[in-house]
Amino acid sequence: MRLDILNARSVKGACAALLAAALTTGCATTKSPYDYTHFKQSRPASILVLPPLNGSPDINASYSMLSQVTLPLAESGYYVFPVSLVDETFHQNGLHNPAEMHDVKLQKLREIFGADAALYITVKEYGTSYTVITSESRVTAEARLIDLRTEQVLWNGTATASSAEGRNSSGGLVGLLVQAVVSQIIESSTNRSHPIAGITSYRLLGAGMPNGMLYGPRSPKYQTDGNARP
Amino acid sequence: MKRLSCTNVAARLSIAGALLLAGCATQPQPLYYWGDYQPQLYGHFMKEQAPQEQIANLEAGLEEARASGRSVPPGYLAHLGILHAQAEHPDQMLKYFEAEKTRYPESTAYIDFLLRKVKQPQQGAR
Repeated sequence: MRLDILNARSVKGACAALLAAALTTGCATTKSPYDYTHFKQSRPASILVLPPLNGSPDINASYSMLSQVTLPLAESGYYVFPVSLVDETFHQNGLHNPAEMHDVKLQKLREIFGADAALYITVKEYGTSYTVITSESRVTAEARLIDLRTEQVLWNGTATASSAEGRNSSGGLVGLLVQAVVSQIIESSTNRSHPIAGITSYRLLGAGMPNGMLYGPRSPKYQTDGNARP
Repeated sequence: MKRLSCTNVAARLSIAGALLLAGCATQPQPLYYWGDYQPQLYGHFMKEQAPQEQIANLEAGLEEARASGRSVPPGYLAHLGILHAQAEHPDQMLKYFEAEKTRYPESTAYIDFLLRKVKQPQQGAR
């Protein structure tokens, strides 16, 4: 028993150290470049976005995200299948939740939609947490792009956004308390997570991000990106 | 000189906005006129608005897009089609589905699939 507790503590310690390291490095971390070989062989022009799986407790998460995926993908140069019509098509065929839709065979999706690729999104975090000092809305999602012709995974990625980003905490305790009241009012009055999901979607699916999606055929930047660094 | 510095400030502000969204990547002009498409989609999924209200908003957006000489994004016209279907305007629905196909040929197979179902509802049913 004692040993278990000691172990748990040391694990916690290690995690804290890792977290501190991650926080201090922040944006400066340089990830190894993504392997775009399959993506470049496939060069999809049209993307079918399935209604996202929801791993958060908020029942609105899937459709909050789905309503905001078209902009980053279309502005990156892809044809994005009409998300409302696609959702309706699944419903009309007896599939009523995203998990069932994600289980449809790739060949069947290709037959019905004629899409080059399908995008599978999972919302990992979606919601607002409240503490004494402040509240934070955070949305995290991951995505996987699969070629419907070859069934190969072309790309995957993850992104997060938080209302607490860039919040200045140097205003002293009084400043913090005032800010807490103001942000609680703002964050409880509307679905504060929805605009945050929009930022997450942009970071996840907009081309030109580090290790992100490549530009599609309708973009002037098509075929200018995704080269391996020398 | 004063005017110049004002445009300069405005330019800097819009660049700052783009940077906030896009991180370190620079952002060119948008490819499409978006209007309220995505907020309307959210309202549609959350069932917050009647189809008629959404149709009015999005058709006004179409006019604005035409006036600004830009195209509406993928899905915009097809979404208007589905709203008209809910409002029981089959002719308008067909018109917008065809318009999506004409503007975005990538949708041809899918729109044709839907139109086959509309024309042969018995066969199309599961």
